[in-house]
Amino acid sequence: MTAITANHGAVAHGGAHEHHDDGSKTLLGFWIYLMSDCLIFSGLFATFAVLGHATAGGPTGKELFDLKFVFGETMLLLISSFTFGLAMLNMHAGKRSKVITWLFVTFLFGAGFVGMEVYEFHHLIVFENAGPDRSAFLSAYFGLVGTHGLHVSSGLLWLVVMMLQVGKFGLTDAVQRRLSCLSLFWHFLDLVWICVFSFVYLFGVL
Amino acid sequence: MSSQHGHSDAHAHNAHGSLKSYTVGFALSLILTVLSFGCVMSGAVPQHLIAPGIVVFCIAQLLVQLAFFLHMSAAPGQRDNLSIGVFTLLIIAIVVVGSLWVMHNMNMYMMHPVMQSSSSSIG
Repeated sequence: MTAITANHGAVAHGGAHEHHDDGSKTLLGFWIYLMSDCLIFSGLFATFAVLGHATAGGPTGKELFDLKFVFGETMLLLISSFTFGLAMLNMHAGKRSKVITWLFVTFLFGAGFVGMEVYEFHHLIVFENAGPDRSAFLSAYFGLVGTHGLHVSSGLLWLVVMMLQVGKFGLTDAVQRRLSCLSLFWHFLDLVWICVFSFVYLFGVL
Repeated sequence: MSSQHGHSDAHAHNAHGSLKSYTVGFALSLILTVLSFGCVMSGAVPQHLIAPGIVVFCIAQLLVQLAFFLHMSAAPGQRDNLSIGVFTLLIIAIVVVGSLWVMHNMNMYMMHPVMQSSSSSIG
């Protein structure tokens, strides 16, 4: 692990004579990955848009969705996006312990979001008898919202790894570059969630 | 090392955002989220304005977060990201609008007259 990081550090320093933001190519590459992720979500959104009314006589969104609950989830994710911003500001200011603190706060809000979503899914499947096998509408719903939830969960794992790395290696070039990528990823998931609560939940109860 | 920090501080206001830009972005997102949910939950909005309201507030919040959290702009350093983003938007539009269009047409032309009356009561 240390060898790998040292190696990355060497690469970063090798490019340092360009003097301006040596992580920019990595960030551009990561941005391209995010855009390809966008395409996955666009496919899932299109599927949901087509199948949203195919309830096969089962429960509709209007009967299932609790908007107050969704509003709570939205707030958790939005606040976590803001606290990640605070972590990034402290990273640029070189304040190592504050970075870890804000990353941890972000983790807590993100974990709260995933927890609420797991509770929601469990409630739908067990108590409402509305699992993904009930209708095409619910398959599309679980596919779309579940994919977003899995992304947030992997973001949480990444957050843990980065907290450990900031603690162990400090704010080296490599660590800063990885944090910048994670920051893009985390804010991107918030963007996807805006589309989810607008087009799945709010339109779902109309 | 300290000169490096000074260097990144100088860029903090354009490339990385500042406490002010994050706070403004957060406040705007909060307001737009409340407006979106308010459209549906308050019951004060006329029925025909609810759907356009949700779409407008959604797009507004996407733009706010892209600008304040993801620091997207037309600045020279961001132009690559922006052009990739716009291209992605095109693909998304083709996938989503195309799917809806094709499936809508298929439903229109394939639907049996008897099925149509029963499906309209479900849908």
